[in-house]
Amino acid sequence: MKIAVCIKQVPDTANVKLDPETHTLKREGVESIVNPFDLFALEAALRIKEAAGGEIVAVTMGPPQAETVIKDAIGFGVDEGLLLSDRAFAGADTWATTAVLAKAIEGLGDVDLVICGKQAVDGDTAQVGPGIAQRLGLPHVAFVKGFREIENKRLVVERQMDDGYDVVELPLPALITVVREVGEPRPPSLKGKMRAKKYTVPMQGAADLGLDASQVGLAGSFTQVVKVFAPSHSGERRRLEGSDEQMGAQVIDALVDNQVIMLGS
Amino acid sequence: MDYFFTEEQEMIRDLCRQIAEERIKPVRAELDEKEEFPREIMKALAQADLFQIIIPEEYGGLGGGCLENCIAVEELSRACCGVSTSYAASFLGAYPMLLFGNEAQKEKYLPLIGSGEKLCAFALTESASGSDAGSIQTEAKKDGDSYVLNGSKQWITNGGEAGVYTVIAITDRTKGARGATAFIVEADDPGFSIGKKEVKMGIRASATSELIFKDCRIPADRVLGKEGLGFVVAMRTFDKSRPGVGAQAVGVAQGALDEAAAFARVRKQFGKPIITFQAVAHMLADMAVDIEAGRALVYAAARYIDSGAKDFSKVSAIAKVFPTDMAMRVTTNAVQVLGGHGYMREYPVEKMMRDAKILQIYEGTNQIQRNVIGQELNKEYGRKK
Repeated sequence: MKIAVCIKQVPDTANVKLDPETHTLKREGVESIVNPFDLFALEAALRIKEAAGGEIVAVTMGPPQAETVIKDAIGFGVDEGLLLSDRAFAGADTWATTAVLAKAIEGLGDVDLVICGKQAVDGDTAQVGPGIAQRLGLPHVAFVKGFREIENKRLVVERQMDDGYDVVELPLPALITVVREVGEPRPPSLKGKMRAKKYTVPMQGAADLGLDASQVGLAGSFTQVVKVFAPSHSGERRRLEGSDEQMGAQVIDALVDNQVIMLGS
Repeated sequence: MDYFFTEEQEMIRDLCRQIAEERIKPVRAELDEKEEFPREIMKALAQADLFQIIIPEEYGGLGGGCLENCIAVEELSRACCGVSTSYAASFLGAYPMLLFGNEAQKEKYLPLIGSGEKLCAFALTESASGSDAGSIQTEAKKDGDSYVLNGSKQWITNGGEAGVYTVIAITDRTKGARGATAFIVEADDPGFSIGKKEVKMGIRASATSELIFKDCRIPADRVLGKEGLGFVVAMRTFDKSRPGVGAQAVGVAQGALDEAAAFARVRKQFGKPIITFQAVAHMLADMAVDIEAGRALVYAAARYIDSGAKDFSKVSAIAKVFPTDMAMRVTTNAVQVLGGHGYMREYPVEKMMRDAKILQIYEGTNQIQRNVIGQELNKEYGRKK
């Protein structure tokens, strides 16, 4: 089975700070990491490969320094990587991003399964996975939490829902996005890391993919970010006074009055 | 301090540190409390290729030596000695195959051990035979194309968890020290079973069990080296493995200093952090001095062994004695720096103190190590006269 895994380089949001004046992310000095949800996508791909054999290619779109996430993926044990990088890709929204990723996956040839993390922690849109499926005309299942059957031409997966999960059968080729429950990512391996050190990451730009500048980046985007801001606090604020017990009782009363909680009889 | 590691050695250190932080530290107290074998962690170590470190490249390994092993063991021990004991014991069982195995044995077993598919164990000690290894009772009798083993082994690390065991048994009682032979025993060999699992003071995540051989029949091609080499196999194995115990000591001591120094910076008495009191600061300073001396010794001994040195029993014993005695001092003082907190199970240093104790005992007590060093000195100075 040939598997393509889409990964993204993101700032390590666990350690990111906001500029108090502009309300934008302070990126200087913040380490870049593989989007944490994409690590679950890599883990899912590695498990499927262990079960069914095959080959895994990790694909990312980003600036040249995004090659480090491809090297990280090689360290985890994927077979090949591909970096999609071009000045023309800058400013892409999710739609323009899927144009690039879909073309690149098409170019890999005979991909049986595309796996994405459910969303990226910097944009949080969860649109890129399904967008790629749309572009490639593939069936897709989002929020996959587990696999029931893995065969060459079909998968049976469990899709996480708010109130349980669905069991979905889908023919391959297909695309899935995965959630945390799919399995804890393994540590990188020594052999993988040694291979990653020597690995030259193949790079493709718009021309290599046969894409026109108008289809990618800001030009190919339907949306653009006009302003980033921290929402101002709204709603009523009340200051409680008294002993701990009294304040505790007032909190309970307020929660009950506003029907946030209900007290049992 | 920079010990001028190669890029590969740094990679081993960093990866082990990452696994220790992410996978071992969060569960070490629970593993200790429940005396639970860390199967998930062993799986992660296998996925990270850490069981490949000392396996030669021709068998799929990384071809590392004693130093690479010490680096890995030190980092894992910094988080938990119970975990690092389980890990290192697999190499202890594998060294006899590496050193004395024939081509067919290496081809069969080393890839299994390197991939982590099977853990390995080494079995010498018996209930009446500890430091006096020559007094073992377990017997192996040749019977046609097989050997039949009878007897039992005690306190075997990874007993019940390992898939492959190196077992030392007597093949000819009349020949004394030349009457023992090393065998490879597989967990599912007929007549082989696991007895009592011990309840221990420390390294409680590791499994320590009795092995029982009752007419255990194994093919004759499981002999390591040849008949009569049993004790040579054991001693050469220990020479290789002892710096690894020193590395465990350096790791657990470093872990204890990490905790003690961090605590002393935030714990306030008389209105000041206790690290600003000279009595406490000097304890921490002595710990740091001790640890660095132990670390430099372990790395130097490991490099000497990896250089292809022929006779390194003394160096290997020295690299076990000093660091393990040091780790007992350092972990005890770490508990002292934390005071009442240190005595409570809520803080990790009391576990480190319990864990450190075994390092002075297993793989040859520190008294036996001093015998080895003393005998070598006697030889050296006898030659010089």
